[in-house]
Amino acid sequence: MNSDEAKIPGLWHGLRSIVRRDLLLAWKRPGDMLNPLFFFAMVSALFPLAVGPSAEQLAISGPGVLWVAALLAALLSLNSLFLNDYEDGSLDQIILSPQPLPLLALGKSVSHWLVSGLPLVIVSPLVAMTFRMPVETVGVLMVTLVFGTISLSLLGSIGAALTVGLNRGNALLSLLILPLAMPVLIFGARTVSLAAADDAVAAGIYFLAAYCMLAITFAPFAAAAALKISNE
Amino acid sequence: MWKFLHKLASPPHFYDLSAKIIPWFSVGALAFIAYGTIAGLFFAPADYQQGDAFRIIYVHVPAAYLSMLAYTAMAVSAGIGLIWRMKLAHAVAAAAAPLGAWFTFLALATGSIWGRPMWGTWWEWGDPRLTSELIMLFLYFGYMALRGAIDDTAKADRASAVLALVGAVNIPIIHFSVEWWSSLHQGPTLVREGGPAIVPAMMYPLLAMIIGFSLLFAALLLARVRSEVLYRERRTHWVRKLLMPSEEST
Repeated sequence: MNSDEAKIPGLWHGLRSIVRRDLLLAWKRPGDMLNPLFFFAMVSALFPLAVGPSAEQLAISGPGVLWVAALLAALLSLNSLFLNDYEDGSLDQIILSPQPLPLLALGKSVSHWLVSGLPLVIVSPLVAMTFRMPVETVGVLMVTLVFGTISLSLLGSIGAALTVGLNRGNALLSLLILPLAMPVLIFGARTVSLAAADDAVAAGIYFLAAYCMLAITFAPFAAAAALKISNE
Repeated sequence: MWKFLHKLASPPHFYDLSAKIIPWFSVGALAFIAYGTIAGLFFAPADYQQGDAFRIIYVHVPAAYLSMLAYTAMAVSAGIGLIWRMKLAHAVAAAAAPLGAWFTFLALATGSIWGRPMWGTWWEWGDPRLTSELIMLFLYFGYMALRGAIDDTAKADRASAVLALVGAVNIPIIHFSVEWWSSLHQGPTLVREGGPAIVPAMMYPLLAMIIGFSLLFAALLLARVRSEVLYRERRTHWVRKLLMPSEEST
């Protein structure tokens, strides 16, 4: 017995393994990673086409448009967070594993962010340039997007866990997560707008950081509970 | 005390007890709402700024209050159901959601009607409470949609309970963030430092309406839980006996 217990790897090892596994899977299927990015760029392109190319209008609507596009792109990729694992049965193995489930749910969120959130943050300056956003504001945009996309990955993991295995999962996931994501959107977009108007941005960034910490602390537990319920 | 709670949690006992309570709540609701309506519409003085248009608060404020009370009731009973695996609590949560959604809708509709003459617009995005009430409505929709999407009742109960609790944690954050966003709504009138900023002739009908709406909510909730319990326990002996006494005797 003792030797068996000794073989169970530590928490850190468990977290690292699941992140590495998901990153490897994403690397083998680059389409999954690129689709949300293209989606982000395309939704951002829709707005100037719809509201007209005037520079003042783009400068005003830019922060909001970029944030809405980022939110939708994050939602798009969230649906598949647990779906592949559910379909090939490895979700059962994850739930049965001796590692605590919240830790593994956190691992899934971390890899989801690395695959979908981080590229989005990196690409955002390019899209922001087309909206004639000043360079100083782009920095604020990236900071808010970092905290915002981490929060969305975590918050979304709860929704994805609740809807995994349901037929109408995709539309339902948006319905569940969008109202909860409003604070992130409000603070994210508003802070960038304030930055564009040369106003104080610290309050918004602090709020987003605090929300992010709250999500890191509690969301994995809620996601783990949801996974157990929807997979029983 | 614990014995009472245990008995209450048993569906047949709840079914009998609620049948006795509902008439009391209904009569109370009728009395309070009747007084509030008559006193509010005919006897309360017109507002010095808003004229008679302010009278819509006698529906708007209780509805808005209940939209939050219903969510609290839903989240608390969902939590009880999740932690102690109490089936009746899940039935309460399931029954509270559509009621809460209706009160939220009522609050939004009356707020919008009031906004037309006062703000000159049906909808004002700059008002934080209107916006957070709208998000509240979306939360109810999400809860009901998740419940509707899962066929297995026990699973739907527990999954939607997790969602209700996550939503309950988020509601204060949503309110705060929308508040930070901008403000146009008039500040709190009833509960504030230095006593209510409203004359008694206006306030008593409002309080009566709030109490009346709460009683109405309780009566409707109990009635909905009763039918929910009947549906969930439809295969049990006591429900069969209750609904088909003749079949039981043969």
